Amino acid sequence: MSVLCLTELDATGSVASTSLRALALARGLAAAGTGQLAAVVFGPADQLPLDELGGAAVTDVYAVPPEHLAGYAPRAWASVLAGMIAQAGATALVAAATDRGSEVMAYVGAITGQPVAANCLSAESAADGTYRLVRQRWGGLLLEDAVLEATAALLTVVPDTPPEEENEAAPDTTEPALHLHRPELTEADLVVRAAETADQGGGASLATARVVVGGGRGVGGPDGFAPLEELASLLGGVVGVSRVVTSQGWRPHSQQVGQTGTKITPELYLACGISGAIQHMAGCGSAKHIVAVNTDPAAPIMSRADYAVIGDLAEVIPALVAALKDRG
Amino acid sequence: MEILVCVKRVPQVGGRIVITPDGQDVETRMSGFAMSPHEECAVEEAVRLTQRFGGTAVVLTLGPPEAAEQLREALAIGAGHGILLETDGREWGPIATAAAITEAVRRKAAPGPGYDLLLFGNEAADTGDYQVGVRVAESLGWPCATGIKQLEIDGATVRARREYRGTAETFEFGLPAVVTVKEGINLPRYPSLPGRLRAKRAVLEQHQPQWSADGLRKTGLRVPAERRQQATVLGSGPDAVPALVRMLEELGVLR
Repeated sequence: MSVLCLTELDATGSVASTSLRALALARGLAAAGTGQLAAVVFGPADQLPLDELGGAAVTDVYAVPPEHLAGYAPRAWASVLAGMIAQAGATALVAAATDRGSEVMAYVGAITGQPVAANCLSAESAADGTYRLVRQRWGGLLLEDAVLEATAALLTVVPDTPPEEENEAAPDTTEPALHLHRPELTEADLVVRAAETADQGGGASLATARVVVGGGRGVGGPDGFAPLEELASLLGGVVGVSRVVTSQGWRPHSQQVGQTGTKITPELYLACGISGAIQHMAGCGSAKHIVAVNTDPAAPIMSRADYAVIGDLAEVIPALVAALKDRG
Repeated sequence: MEILVCVKRVPQVGGRIVITPDGQDVETRMSGFAMSPHEECAVEEAVRLTQRFGGTAVVLTLGPPEAAEQLREALAIGAGHGILLETDGREWGPIATAAAITEAVRRKAAPGPGYDLLLFGNEAADTGDYQVGVRVAESLGWPCATGIKQLEIDGATVRARREYRGTAETFEFGLPAVVTVKEGINLPRYPSLPGRLRAKRAVLEQHQPQWSADGLRKTGLRVPAERRQQATVLGSGPDAVPALVRMLEELGVLR
């Protein structure tokens, strides 16, 4: 009666931060049961961060090495996980709500005929065998309280919000037991399989930029972005835009910040000519500091920004660029 | 090429979301409705594919009678036929929704020709469940790709591309298939006047599928506690620039 957690590694071989959040939620569920928490990792068994997994209270690691299943094949991953749930009599399977985690979990739900609770922030098991959940709706603009009734709880965990109880007692750091798992796959499991190539898209740098200069409807048109670009480059940052800008075709969608674009987490978000519709705030709400430049002192962004300049960005931004250049 | 594109009617939220007094729903008395943003792109993609390869883009929605409005929006930009799976206004979970859509796909295949491609938005704006496309694909035994931002169809082969953590992932498989798309795959067109007139007159196909519970029960909705404050105004126009520079220095973002 264990809890399973689909665990992804980042480019350096450490546990991905998104999976650490999933593991934290899974740890809470495991602690309320037998304490057994199993991480399932698709990748080479000799390069696993076992110390780090032990630190996350993982008791067992199931590795599915590339010689058995190479690359990303969503249905195959799901079929392995569904098999493990049945074999281990697992009470719950948890994954980060990343594109892969969400996709794999949807397959597990479809294969097992069970519901999936997506985008959870917290989950606890109740005495009657159900789970009490809090999950996000509208990209985090709303919270839903829900009850889940299922043989095995299938949960995805919001990847970009810290878990509620971060500072629990330090978990036991015993190194977990490593098991090699050889899956039995069918042809149907492998029909959809990813071929990976380096990407030219700008989405990744926007997501991790320290400074983002945002442009909205107030920029006025595709020709208005040059001063914003210049400012972004002076600040070592990148340009992000609102949905209006991409729907008008002024800038490519890869630069969109918002619920349907990229979620950003910069030190500084300088929002120029952006009213602050909630679909946009869902993407920039995690910025450490927000500074707004807007002609309208009553715009919604004014109640979310730390600082504001009331004025036309076409005058303010070139003046700011000139001032920063003078400064050397 | 026969394409089915599935859309969901959701409230149009602007500046903020308000919850109904019973804490169960989003207050919509003051707001309009629209299909989810990813789905606008799914409709556009379906229309482009049928313009290129021939055939029909059929648009389907599961929702209350008012959801006919979203079908007509899709018909106005070029979808050829609309199907309303009418509900009594209750919220449908992904399992019941997928079952009703699967039934509609089989209903079309029975006399033939069946659909070659099912398009969905990656996730609905309101619930964000990320499941219906995959569940439909699984029940039909068709391949599926999600989160797609570039789609090519070459004969009976689908090549679908998405980004994952800075890497491009390409999936290749045969039709019939299911693809869920994300905003950015295309730029949806605006409806033309003749398109709107045609949409207004179009006769919609209607069915009443059976609702079922799916084990995940909403007990209430809340607006999360958020950082609400009033911004400190540094000044007006270019005169505010010296104060702005000092503030950027204090935040430690100047290089």
